Amino acid sequence: MTKSLRFRAAIMSIVIFLAFIGTWHLATRGTTTVATMSPEYAKLMGITATQGKSAMPGPLDVGAKLWEHVKRPFYDNGPNDKGLGIQLAYSIARVGIGYLLAVVVAIPLGFLIGMSPLINRALDPFIQILKPISPLAWMPLALYTIKDSGLSAIFVIFICSVWPMLLNTAFGVAAVRKEWINVARTLEVGSVRRAFTVILPAAAPTILTGMRISIGIAWLVIVAAEMLVGGTGIGYFVWNEWNNLSITNVIIAILVIGLVGMLLDQILARFTRMVTFPE
Amino acid sequence: MTSDKFISIEGIAKRYPGAGGGETAVFENLWLSMPRGEFGCVIGHSGCGKTTVLNILAGLDDPSEGVVIVDGQGIEGTSLDRAVIFQSHALLPWRTVLGNVAYAVTSKWRRWDKARVKAHAQKFIDLVGLTGAEHKRPSELSGGMKQRVGIARALSITPKIMLMDEPFSALDALTRGTLQDEVRRICLETGQTAFMITHDVDEAIYLADRIFLMTNGPGAVLAEIVENPLPKDRARIDLHRHPHYYALRNHIIDFLVSRSKTFAATVTNHDPRNVPVVRIGLSEPMLVTPAVVGGQDVSGTMPAVAR
Repeated sequence: MTKSLRFRAAIMSIVIFLAFIGTWHLATRGTTTVATMSPEYAKLMGITATQGKSAMPGPLDVGAKLWEHVKRPFYDNGPNDKGLGIQLAYSIARVGIGYLLAVVVAIPLGFLIGMSPLINRALDPFIQILKPISPLAWMPLALYTIKDSGLSAIFVIFICSVWPMLLNTAFGVAAVRKEWINVARTLEVGSVRRAFTVILPAAAPTILTGMRISIGIAWLVIVAAEMLVGGTGIGYFVWNEWNNLSITNVIIAILVIGLVGMLLDQILARFTRMVTFPE
Repeated sequence: MTSDKFISIEGIAKRYPGAGGGETAVFENLWLSMPRGEFGCVIGHSGCGKTTVLNILAGLDDPSEGVVIVDGQGIEGTSLDRAVIFQSHALLPWRTVLGNVAYAVTSKWRRWDKARVKAHAQKFIDLVGLTGAEHKRPSELSGGMKQRVGIARALSITPKIMLMDEPFSALDALTRGTLQDEVRRICLETGQTAFMITHDVDEAIYLADRIFLMTNGPGAVLAEIVENPLPKDRARIDLHRHPHYYALRNHIIDFLVSRSKTFAATVTNHDPRNVPVVRIGLSEPMLVTPAVVGGQDVSGTMPAVAR
């Protein structure tokens, strides 16, 4: 029954995909000649006017261009023409560095907040105010103080991924069942060993959930951040191709951003499953 | 060597800040002592502070007043000498059965190598009859098996005292009976001193050498200590055929049903340091002076039991 459900779902997904591609193709293909005009004028106007061809690329154009990118992902023809692979590598590297910095800060700090009601209350107003700030609002301040656009982008990633991790770690640590703590206490387990053998494994699913939310937000933010700082990265690529009026490349970039985001999410989901325990 | 006061609870009180600035005492001035190797059961209604007494004994909670002396030393915090079997079994769900027991073993003997820890843990897993389930996670076990792991974990650190907080109350009757048999067998074999909280009268009669009756809280007191007249080699199946069984059972149930509520109002000369000891005989239950009570061999005081 389950297998047949999965099979039927797959069939349905394929049908939806084909319908989407088909509609897209029909909507963007050239229609019959719109108006008769002198050949010089027609040349001037381009196929958009003469054949009713939409400026929006069809699936075939996008597919062909995508194949070009896949064949040569790492070419470098100067600052405004780099392969998709290079641009993605820049973005992933920025997200990776900013995210890891956030992990290094958020998890120990979250532990502290979760274990100490005093620190929890003392830091709460700051966290409540800082948390809802759009990470991009930090950008001018970062650019002014750090004076380096690449590092500023990393800082923006750091600041946007730190909050979900911090709050989830604090919550997970504070919500560790009293009885598990009591087990450690009756066994005279020291506080460091208790933190690693009881609190960390007990809070790990909650912490990993926070990390999964964070990586999603970080990947959302990097595109916008790179549009602002420019130079390299998939976000810059999108904006650059918009300036080139290459809608095809913009669509490809959108697709690739989605794929990478899904991949990052799946990696974290796998880690979450590894530390989740059934009760 | 049997010490008269292996465990000695001396005048402990537990108070919580009450509404309106005052303090509410769960219990005040509680005295209780147990010799080595005795199995003691506390019976009382919910809210009488039974669990608080056990937590203080375990070191998980501090008394507002008074001290607890175990083996000649005042207790301070938790200790590996006092193992706790929790009502909710409190196994670490991310560890296997072996992992849970081994965690306790490595906590006690930090320098032991892996093989030695494993062998030691395995011994206690075998003791509680879980051989073959070592690598299962708690979620794969039934309630009874989980509590067996809890017992194995508590025993594996070879504690001086086992503290049990209603360990079988969450189990079905059949499993409960089997586990009571196991606990009784292990305690008799190893001469373990055990302190258990229960609200099950039959459980107390089957397991305990002495039964401590507590009145209702707040302001609960230890009202009576009932000596168990049943022979040490009692078995579950013929428990109810013993001539003293019903007298004992009725006495405890009478206490729980009526006297636990009215005790404070009707008994005015109650001395918490000399709690009356009740010995159930063939005639009516009678009070004996606490001074008469010596060792723990209660069955010896009951000669010529009719069979």
